[in-house]
Amino acid sequence: MKFLRDLLDKQKPLFQKGGKLENLYYLYEAGETFLFKPNHTAGIKGAQVKDAIDLKRMMITVVIAMIPCLLFGIYNTGHQHFLATGQTAGLWEDFGPKLLIGLELVLPIVIVSYAAGGLVEAVFAVVRKHPINEGFLVTGMLIPLVVPATLPLWQVALATVFAVVIAKEVFGGTGMNILNVAMTARAFLYFAYPAQISGDQVWTYLGDKAPVDGFSGATALAVAYNAGVEGENVTSALNTHNAAIGDSLYGFANLFIGWIPGSIGETSTLMALIGAAILIGTGVASWKIIVSGFGGAYLMGLVMNMFAVNEYMAMPAEYHWVIGGLAFGVVFMATDPVSAAQTELGKWIYGFLIGVLTVIIRVTNPAYPEGIMLAVLFMNVFAPLIDHYVVKANKNRRLQRATV
Amino acid sequence: MSKTIKLKKGFDIKLVGKAEKQLGDFKSAKTFALKPTDFIGMQRPKVTVSEGDTVKAGTPILFDKAMETVQYVAPVSGEIVEIKRGDRRKLLEIKILADTNISYEAFDKFSEDALNSLSKEDAVVQMCKGGVWPQIIQRPFGIVANPEDSPKAIFISAFDSHPLAPDYGFLLEGEDKYFQAGLNVLSKLTSGKVHLNVDGNATIPGIFANAKGVELNKFSGPHPAGNIGVQIHHLDPINKGEIVWTVNPYGVVQIGKLFLEGKYDGSKKIAVTGSEAKNAVYANTYMGACVDSLVEGNIKQDHIRVVSGNVLTGERINRDGYVGYYHHQITLLPEGDQYEFLGWMKPTASKLSYHRALGLLSFLNPKKEFVLDTNTNGEERAFVQTGVFEDVTPMDILPVYLLKAIMAEDFDEMEELGIYEIVEEDLALCEFVDVSKHPVQEIVRKGIDLIQYS
Repeated sequence: MKFLRDLLDKQKPLFQKGGKLENLYYLYEAGETFLFKPNHTAGIKGAQVKDAIDLKRMMITVVIAMIPCLLFGIYNTGHQHFLATGQTAGLWEDFGPKLLIGLELVLPIVIVSYAAGGLVEAVFAVVRKHPINEGFLVTGMLIPLVVPATLPLWQVALATVFAVVIAKEVFGGTGMNILNVAMTARAFLYFAYPAQISGDQVWTYLGDKAPVDGFSGATALAVAYNAGVEGENVTSALNTHNAAIGDSLYGFANLFIGWIPGSIGETSTLMALIGAAILIGTGVASWKIIVSGFGGAYLMGLVMNMFAVNEYMAMPAEYHWVIGGLAFGVVFMATDPVSAAQTELGKWIYGFLIGVLTVIIRVTNPAYPEGIMLAVLFMNVFAPLIDHYVVKANKNRRLQRATV
Repeated sequence: MSKTIKLKKGFDIKLVGKAEKQLGDFKSAKTFALKPTDFIGMQRPKVTVSEGDTVKAGTPILFDKAMETVQYVAPVSGEIVEIKRGDRRKLLEIKILADTNISYEAFDKFSEDALNSLSKEDAVVQMCKGGVWPQIIQRPFGIVANPEDSPKAIFISAFDSHPLAPDYGFLLEGEDKYFQAGLNVLSKLTSGKVHLNVDGNATIPGIFANAKGVELNKFSGPHPAGNIGVQIHHLDPINKGEIVWTVNPYGVVQIGKLFLEGKYDGSKKIAVTGSEAKNAVYANTYMGACVDSLVEGNIKQDHIRVVSGNVLTGERINRDGYVGYYHHQITLLPEGDQYEFLGWMKPTASKLSYHRALGLLSFLNPKKEFVLDTNTNGEERAFVQTGVFEDVTPMDILPVYLLKAIMAEDFDEMEELGIYEIVEEDLALCEFVDVSKHPVQEIVRKGIDLIQYS
């Protein structure tokens, strides 16, 4: 690795103050620090040794936690295509072709997301003279996982640019943003181009093939909602959905494992839980938010059951965990430490309310079939308020002590 | 009422190179220095000697024009060889070439009985004149106390929980009589209690266990259980407008000696610690000793950093630098100014981390002692990770909010969030565990300065 180091050292003066490419210093720095951990040492006074962690390592841990979702999503994209077009019914039949179709659709989205977002990061780093932030490693992966595989690539690029600029850079970059960047990208798409990210037509890639007779591309959420409207039992509606192409495609087990249409990475509750295990095990994400998020959704589901004025409200509460993107959202979106509540008590409240709001939006709002996106964004906005009261309680304890 | 307090939050940084409880065979240091920079809060230091003057141990050589009664005295007798100044004539070091036989200034001497009837005023005068007053530190702010104040209580932490910290039982062996006398003097200075806080995890050295006239409290748990700020927070927290004093046990002994022997005794044991020390042992010397005789010939390799104090709160000094006034140890560390290929993602079990993120394996081996170099292991970033600072701060304080209030220079917010209760060392662990590599202690001092001088 010495030649790499020599190469970097040789180029360094070009980018340093007074060098020809001085303006691009932070681009050089990003590359340099990616390849080599810098040679900075502790200051004269204060801590003389430092923990082995840095932000890059923390962020890459989150990316690793998303890999199960990504891999599952790639295969599932191909699998759903084969199911809908009636080519094979078996899960592992045609493994290779399914994988290829998935890769063909998903990889470009990942690449476009990283490229578009990376470009914005780089431009801002150069113009605003701040280091390129590692946070985008995570955002760049999150965005592809929460959009359907059929999304046009230009929309991916546009949404990413919009989110990075409006949700992050205008606030001052990573660490300063109020909203979760990836959720902002999705919300942007949802409101700007609803035709490509909602409805029944976008979740399964058909290509130039015709779907089999009787195929419906509706997601489990839509099926559940319609059953509610029509007064049909939700679980049996889910169980008999798309009976023409397979048995219990929306049965609880399938919903849990995630062999269902949906956004690329969010269909599998199982994979999200594996991600959660990685995040909690490594201590990178707050287990309090994850636990309270699932808990909030379940409790709200039970409350709905108590009032059950329609069939959707009567759906067993545990179904809320496995339909839609709740699991993925709670594990990967709600736990973003910058946009989440930052006090420990606040995290419990924040996660809980995300779960509660998601179920309320799902069941009672006719316009939005899925609630997690809006619930997370809504609670992002309220997180500082929650923290404000937690911090205030801390201050009050100090004040009360003074008068005693 | 003595209290037993168990703390759960915190983190012990286990390092290679703890000093064995024996005295090493070191050449005695030739020069000694008093460094005005050791006294945080000293506003206008003024030297009262010139180069070439001879002094005795206990001769006043420095004072602060903002608090003129308090004298800072020579730790040894000898000749003033250099008064070192830095930029803008900032006073850095007053160096003394020591005599082989130390001679002492004579101060008033008291028998133990006479000590009991001594008035508070006379005690203060003797302490200020006799050079031991700077051992008394005021909270809030962590500055040398003002003799005109009367504190609501005095706190003494009888153990140091920092990494590789010296053992106070060994440091103060045989000084029981002076320690008790020092306590007796201190108890005159406050209308409140004198708290002596001992380590609840270890056997208590007799010098502390037998101390009379104090509240003996036990603290157990990981570092920072030994930090006086943490202890005060749990015993009798500081509110706005209140003043408490803290004294290191060494200072208590020094005070005792001043009264019983009538001399300023600057002799002191220093622990030589750290992974790069060939012989990690204690050395018998005087305050402000030059470290060259402790370092030369006692290091395993040449590319090292000498730290006066411990790795969390210490200060880098030159190889021929001087031990800080309040320090009882030096730490010898490998310097970490090397690049590491893909060092941010390589799995490592040899680097200590409080975290468990990808590839950080030190948590699998909680008993292991580590060799850590001075590399920062990353660059400074905005605050991202949350909840970690709270985990290593066993106080009802929200460190990140407090630090942000300081950065924003929001005075009300700083006060409300508890700036009066902390000094740098109380948040030193935050600086260690910080993912975003903030200079936490520097920020804390900036906040204290803002509050203190406005």
